[in-house]
Amino acid sequence: MRIALLILSRLLKVAAILLVIITANFLLIHAAPGDPAAVMAGEAGAADEKFLAQLREQFSLDKPLYEQLAIYVGKVMQFDLGYSYRQQMPVADLIFDRLPATLLLTFSAFLISLTAGVALGALAAARAGGWADTAITSAALIFYATPLYWLALMAVLLFSVQLEWLPGFGYETIGSNATGFARAWDIAQHLILPAVTLGTFFAAVYLRMTRAAMLEVAGLDFVKTARAKGLSRQLVMRRHVLRNALLPVVTLAGVQAGQLVGGAVLTETVFAWPGIGRLMFEALTQRDYNLLLGVFFISAAMVILFNIITDLIYGVVDPRIGAAA
Amino acid sequence: MSAFWKRFSRNRGAVLGLIILAVVIAIAIVAPILYPQSPWKMVQRPFLQPFTLPAFPLGTDTLGRDVASGLAHGARVSLLIGIVSTFVALLIGVPIGAIAGFAGGRIDDALMRLTELFQTVPNFALAIVLVAIFQPSLASIVMAIAVVSWPPVARLVRAEVLSLKTREFVDAARLAGLSGRAILMREVLPNALSPIIVMASLMVATAILVESSLSFLGLGDPNAMSWGFMIGAARTVIRNAWWLSFFPGLAILLTVLALNLIGEGLSDALNPRLAREGR
Repeated sequence: MRIALLILSRLLKVAAILLVIITANFLLIHAAPGDPAAVMAGEAGAADEKFLAQLREQFSLDKPLYEQLAIYVGKVMQFDLGYSYRQQMPVADLIFDRLPATLLLTFSAFLISLTAGVALGALAAARAGGWADTAITSAALIFYATPLYWLALMAVLLFSVQLEWLPGFGYETIGSNATGFARAWDIAQHLILPAVTLGTFFAAVYLRMTRAAMLEVAGLDFVKTARAKGLSRQLVMRRHVLRNALLPVVTLAGVQAGQLVGGAVLTETVFAWPGIGRLMFEALTQRDYNLLLGVFFISAAMVILFNIITDLIYGVVDPRIGAAA
Repeated sequence: MSAFWKRFSRNRGAVLGLIILAVVIAIAIVAPILYPQSPWKMVQRPFLQPFTLPAFPLGTDTLGRDVASGLAHGARVSLLIGIVSTFVALLIGVPIGAIAGFAGGRIDDALMRLTELFQTVPNFALAIVLVAIFQPSLASIVMAIAVVSWPPVARLVRAEVLSLKTREFVDAARLAGLSGRAILMREVLPNALSPIIVMASLMVATAILVESSLSFLGLGDPNAMSWGFMIGAARTVIRNAWWLSFFPGLAILLTVLALNLIGEGLSDALNPRLAREGR
């Protein structure tokens, strides 16, 4: 009963956020300079009068604003995100076509950044003040200041152009017709560079957080007790300090997931990764606002999904939370 | 002030950051004197390799434009947008956080819901949408960056105000008959200044990164040469002309790194107690 209530309140919150974003999208179309129908159709010159008239009718642009909003919300609820005049396809179809690639990329990057960040942060904290700590924190500081797309370009230059170790473009080898395991291997090779570059920036973020949190926890009384009762330093670090330090890291990782989805736009653009980030870039260059707003809506929905996942991870890291909630 | 400077200069990274930033600011100031010509002008043959002609030490781009000149003029745009957008974000975030923390109750609830909402929405994607819909210009870029970066400010200020408003000097001010507004403006906020300054210096760094990312995607002001634009324009020729993306990227990296180092130094110098405990 309690769990059902919890899920219900979560779902209500998710619905409220999505509703606000849909409304914001609607207002943005109307805030843009020019005729909303032309905005939805993309660059005004590209759309013919017949299509504009059809759009006006479809979205009832002659009706009062609040009525239009209701119609718009109703359409989005049915996954009708409009039609991309430029790509000659419904926006929803375009997005769902590209979504798996983005999910693969962002989840891989999320896992890479979280494991690398926590492991290296823990190592730095364990060796606080030593040369390993200095090296790790300096590297984190530099990666934290590096533009994501530039890191991606440099990675292509080094690992793909110079060393020829990994493919630098695309999702799989074009025309390879591989299936099953061979295809998965091919995709995995294409995935490495984008996932690692996207993950690196966030690894730096999680690393700094893990290190700071561990040093804070290491000074607490229960750690002294654990040491005093004769547990080895390593065991105390792993079981007592790291476990407690992970809580703030996981919380922030969930919040930061939104940035990860935004970062995917840059990574996918550089690596020609056929996900929704690349789709967003295409929408930008073609001034396809309907598609742009559709991608924005879906990425917001993805962030909410990430938040729910971190909530679940949270329960694993700290069993008290699941029980108390 | 001298005690502050002493603590700041003890942090070697912060001093290094200050030196790098001073160089970037100097370049931004002298750019129009050093390179009076427009950075958009074709001055040499295209794809001139760097370190070949002393007049064009960093080579030329796909259209024969001077890379060094572009870097110098780009420094102006990056710093300008970084500073102005941070200022605007503070103008939004500080009042919201201060009012939420000071008023409490329903007002606090409503304002924090709003803040949470803006934090949930993917920041960079929202910035892209805002700039694209309102057409790329310095003003729209500043506005978009400010809109996505105020929530952490509001949360920080709210937390500071919540802890400060229970202090004795606030009670004393209230007994002295000061209005709520006067207490907030004259007693509470000035005491919350140092964490806000630290956050602002880090926000300038993030704003520069976001601006460069927007320009990279082609959402820069079409009249302003910027580092992100230079990399974006060179993206497709990365295989033949590495220097076109390498140097602007290095400029962004150094500037952002400098600001982050300064932010950490400020944090140490302004909260000496925290610094000693923290590391």
